[in-house]
Amino acid sequence: MAKVLLIAEHDGTSLNPNTAKCIACAAQIPGAEIDVAVFAETAGDIAAEAATLDSVARVLSSEGEAYRGALAAVLAPQIVKLADGYEYIFGPSTTFGKDLMPRVAALLGVNQISDLMSVEGERTFKRPIYAGSAVVTVEVPGGVPVIATVRTASFRAVAGGNSAPVEALDLAAEMPDHTRFIASETGKSDRPDLQSASRVVAGGRALGSEENFDLIYKLADRLEAGIGASRAAVDAGYVPNEMQIGQTGRIIAPDLYIAIGISGAIQHLTGIKDAGTIVAINKDEEAPIFEVADIGLVGDLFSVVPELTEALN
Amino acid sequence: MEKILVGLKRVVDYNVRVRVKGDGSGVETEGVKMSINPFDEIALEEALRIKERGEANEVVIVSIGSGDAQQQLRTGLAMGADRAILVETAEAPDPLSGARALLEIVKRENPELVILGKQAIDDDNSQTGQMLAALWDRPQATFASKLEFDGNSARVTREVDAGLDIIEVDLPAVVTADLRLNEPRYVKLPDIMKAKKKPLDQVPLAELSVPDSPAIAEKNFEPPAARERGIMVDDVAGLVSALKDKGLL
Ligand SMILES: Cc1cc2nc3c(=O)[nH]c(=O)nc-3n(C[C@H](O)[C@H](O)[C@H](O)COP(=O)(O)OP(=O)(O)OC[C@H]3O[C@@H](n4cnc5c(N)ncnc54)[C@H](O)[C@@H]3O)c2cc1C
Ligand SMILES: Nc1ncnc2c1ncn2[C@@H]1O[C@H](COP(=O)(O)O)[C@@H](O)[C@H]1O
Repeated sequence: MAKVLLIAEHDGTSLNPNTAKCIACAAQIPGAEIDVAVFAETAGDIAAEAATLDSVARVLSSEGEAYRGALAAVLAPQIVKLADGYEYIFGPSTTFGKDLMPRVAALLGVNQISDLMSVEGERTFKRPIYAGSAVVTVEVPGGVPVIATVRTASFRAVAGGNSAPVEALDLAAEMPDHTRFIASETGKSDRPDLQSASRVVAGGRALGSEENFDLIYKLADRLEAGIGASRAAVDAGYVPNEMQIGQTGRIIAPDLYIAIGISGAIQHLTGIKDAGTIVAINKDEEAPIFEVADIGLVGDLFSVVPELTEALN
Repeated sequence: MEKILVGLKRVVDYNVRVRVKGDGSGVETEGVKMSINPFDEIALEEALRIKERGEANEVVIVSIGSGDAQQQLRTGLAMGADRAILVETAEAPDPLSGARALLEIVKRENPELVILGKQAIDDDNSQTGQMLAALWDRPQATFASKLEFDGNSARVTREVDAGLDIIEVDLPAVVTADLRLNEPRYVKLPDIMKAKKKPLDQVPLAELSVPDSPAIAEKNFEPPAARERGIMVDDVAGLVSALKDKGLL
């Protein structure tokens, strides 16, 4: 039996869909027995949601005001208290997991596997390096726990329908007060979430302004798609940072990805290479994005995109 | 504050198309352009701006790696750092060993602030800053896009998947820099000349008595699965029908 502790991600009210993808990854470990830990101000609903996910053996839930804002300095010592007996401790490779898991690993005195993309054996895994230009097979030595962040775009979420038991945890690790959560500024939007949307439309530097990005919004509305952007578009202030796709943004795997006026830099491509179908619209037929596109259209976005939006009417 | 410590890692320049060696033993780094990790350049720029605002007195840069990393440290000195430390070892260490070595430097230097990059773009680990903060038992503010100081604490805006988080940390603390924290300055020729006279201390890693950490073995390197080149369509009508053919509309 291989005991796995999986740290759930949530927004304070509901479970983040990445958790179900991490579970899918953990379930591939031979003999995996998966416990999901939920740390939240109010944990009830989130824990109940986690308990419905397939492959979950137990949900461990811990509540407290200190968990607001999911501060790594607060969470890591709690996880270390829980760690005994677990051979694997996994979290998602999102900003939440990337912030938290290395702090846990250091307290346990081990290195972490970042962006785990496939399970090759009990202690053998693959992960991307150099912005996805290479894939390395890594092996964790025996005798230490395997700590990893899971590249969630590489896994399909487990289904629901389970009813795992939920146990309340009584942890007593000291809560540090040197780190204080102040506020979140999250772009509230009615659009599908970028990370879980089955279709994503993204715009690049070529859009030229915040106003012109309207073309992308209109097309996305027609397709009921989430919206993304290249770093250049974010840096230029056309859209907020949470829309950035790529090495330093979000890693996504929609069924359909449409890149508009995006050149296809390696740092961008690493964020979309798991997409089902990639469509590229670019006026430069030499643009590297066409090397990975399943369907390419050379043309000026300012005429092509309105025409496409119209055609979908 | 008295002192800011910045970590600079020497990495393959981000413009290089990295290739895997034919025998799967690693990636080709022979004769390839090397640079300061882009996030570390941003970390250093931020430290310099804090100093220039009069909020810090000294900026010290540190790199752990081979003697070649002196090049990147000289560039950092030319950007405006006051002093450099090279922790010498044959190759850059794993994140835990790196964090442990940085902790030893931190104990010697007692900085109020350590700024690292949010990740090194070679191994894409994104671990060292968080690990250093854990070992030092101090706050961490990762993926920072804005930093403000108020006495003995800092208010940090962090780039997270959902948008922005704002946290407050007591000093000393570890901050890791995200891309939008600032835009690093260009180095001018006279600064390169001046940098030659700035102090660059060398400390063998062995002298820091960092304990061995359980390294993760790298067994094999391979190129990523290639995506097949697709089709080109002539116009919007062609695009719509290609999407319909794939059952996507
Ligand atoms: C450490 C590091 C991390 C990075 N991380 C990321 C990341 O996470 N995500 C990311 O996206 N980038 C990232 N980058 C930046 C990346 O290298 C590129 O600079 C960026 O992706 C370029 O964005 P772009 O394609 O929108 O702009 P450009 O490269 O300028 O491309 C614009 C494209 O639009 C086309 N175009 C222009 N006008 C039109 C028109 N009217 N109609 C149609 N097409 C038109 C052009 O032909 C061109 O191909 C990173 C860089 C570094 C150094
Ligand atoms: N060998 C090194 N020398 C100096 N700083 C380093 C080294 N390795 C990592 N760092 C710092 O830690 C950050 C994160 O690195 P990593 O955890 O490897 O992604 C980098 O951006 C650097 O600021």
